[in-house]
Amino acid sequence: MTDTAAVPEGKATATVAPDQMAWDSRTRRLVTIYLPLALFVFVLLFPFYWMTITSFKPNAELYDYKKYNPFWIGSPTLDHIEKLLFGTAYPRWLMVTMGVAICSTALSLFSSVLAAYAIQRLRFKGSQYVGLGIYLAYLVPPSILFIPLATTIYQLGLFDSPLALILTYPTFLVPFSTWLLIGYFKSIPYELEECALIDGATRLQILRRITLPLAVPGLISAGIFSFTLSWNEFVYALAFIQSSEKKTVSVAILTELVSGDVYQWGALMAGSLLGSLPVAIFYSFFVDYYVSSLTGAVKE
Amino acid sequence: MTVVTTGDWTRARPQPNWLARLFDYKPFLVLACLTPALGLLLVFLTYPLGLGIWLSFTDTKIGGAGKYIGIENFEYLLEDPQFWGAVFYSVFYTGVATFGKFALGLWLALLLNNHVPFKSLLRAIILLPWIVPTVLSALAFWWLYDPQFSIFSYVAVDVLGIRSTPFDFLSTTWPARWSLIAANIWRGIPFVAISLLAGLQTISPSLYEAALLDGSSAWQRFRYITFPLLLPILAIVMTFSIIFTFTDFQLVYAITRGGPLNSTHLMATLAFQRGISGGELGEGAAIAVAMIPFLVGATLFSYFALARRKWQQGESDD
Repeated sequence: MTDTAAVPEGKATATVAPDQMAWDSRTRRLVTIYLPLALFVFVLLFPFYWMTITSFKPNAELYDYKKYNPFWIGSPTLDHIEKLLFGTAYPRWLMVTMGVAICSTALSLFSSVLAAYAIQRLRFKGSQYVGLGIYLAYLVPPSILFIPLATTIYQLGLFDSPLALILTYPTFLVPFSTWLLIGYFKSIPYELEECALIDGATRLQILRRITLPLAVPGLISAGIFSFTLSWNEFVYALAFIQSSEKKTVSVAILTELVSGDVYQWGALMAGSLLGSLPVAIFYSFFVDYYVSSLTGAVKE
Repeated sequence: MTVVTTGDWTRARPQPNWLARLFDYKPFLVLACLTPALGLLLVFLTYPLGLGIWLSFTDTKIGGAGKYIGIENFEYLLEDPQFWGAVFYSVFYTGVATFGKFALGLWLALLLNNHVPFKSLLRAIILLPWIVPTVLSALAFWWLYDPQFSIFSYVAVDVLGIRSTPFDFLSTTWPARWSLIAANIWRGIPFVAISLLAGLQTISPSLYEAALLDGSSAWQRFRYITFPLLLPILAIVMTFSIIFTFTDFQLVYAITRGGPLNSTHLMATLAFQRGISGGELGEGAAIAVAMIPFLVGATLFSYFALARRKWQQGESDD
């Protein structure tokens, strides 16, 4: 979408300034655009490069920069990953994180579709205030909630259970998804629903047969966004889960793998790499939806 | 005669059962649709928010009910240098990191707004730091900041030879503070850049063409076209960024845990240390509640920025 918008623009500037010498403008572009851009990409990617290279380096190379070039791997090894997968509960943590992320995403998608439909399409009295309330809920960060939430979770008997995470993650997923979906529903012509109403469809039939199929891109965006946000969540998982085998990846790496004074950097970086891969892969399939949801939410 | 035919016609219609009719009754449907979302938010957001304010006036500890003690927690915090240290660092961290993120993010957005090859690939790559879980990239930074094996030290000492000793990133107060801010800026740039890029793309190119014909300089075009038109979206993105930087937890908890000598505690990490690790739920809640005024300020800022935007575009309030 953005590319098609940018192409005519680029052509336009080329025709606007034909008097500039081609060579001059090319060097100028190189210095003012490509060089800074390359620098940005380098800085933004370097930590990942470092993470990757560390997780495949044997310990001998890892702690000896004099003898081995630190920027490259002399003899790549899978030791760290093997140790992580078979020597720790890492696969289990991955499964827990995956399960929690999928369940909380499903739960919040379900609730936000219904809420967004009610607010945007059913247009009851005071619907805008409900919408505003949900928007304000997005501005309440987990950092000020985790202490009272911990006591609430304890009272509900959910402490140290993944269910606690599945139920609390929607507090930051639902406001976001609802706003995103309200925006999508707004873009669907209301006339379509009116036609269906005249044909005798019930409201729920309209939602299922007409509105939802048309809002699929919005649903995908909200789903991906929720999934990455749940995967990323840390404070609640740290505060509500105690037993080692129920921890999520982020928490487990920090509390179970970081131990003593000597850090196993190879294993730690391998853990970070493996923990990032699922979201990164998931994200790479749906980049455009992700970008549109990010920018759509901001524009709303 | 005619009456009978209409009656027949009505009866010929398939009658929905009572459940379907109930769900087609608008007030019930509205209620049913809002229940899951509002239920979740009320139980796990509104109630804890109120409970947190109540807890901050009690001496609750983990594993025991507390009693009301008035503003004792706050009085204690007011005299606690560690609390003031956390307030100072939270404000400093938010201020510097937000400035850095927006300066660099805006620059990156302007760069990407040019016609460059592989634009969508670039955009996808640039968002990576924002996708990857913060704690995991924070661990990478921790490793990059390692006192002995930091690659930055290696480059500065052994490759470039501009220093004789390795960098000391995390073991003293100010270097640790700046290192955390650098990591936060690194993580925040993508979000700012991509959001602002979306804002930039809504600006009509004809404005720039008109300005070019009038003989404007590049700086004038930025100052009088790009910046004013970007301001509404900038204000919103900044509000979100300020709120989430101010209440940041993961980065500090993963890299320094508030050390060295508690100099890098943010209010959120201090609340966690006192409330959950230390068991003083009441005191932790008081620290969390102390963050609320700052957040309300940021929210009001957002509200007025939004109102201004609607006024500018001549939209009605909906």
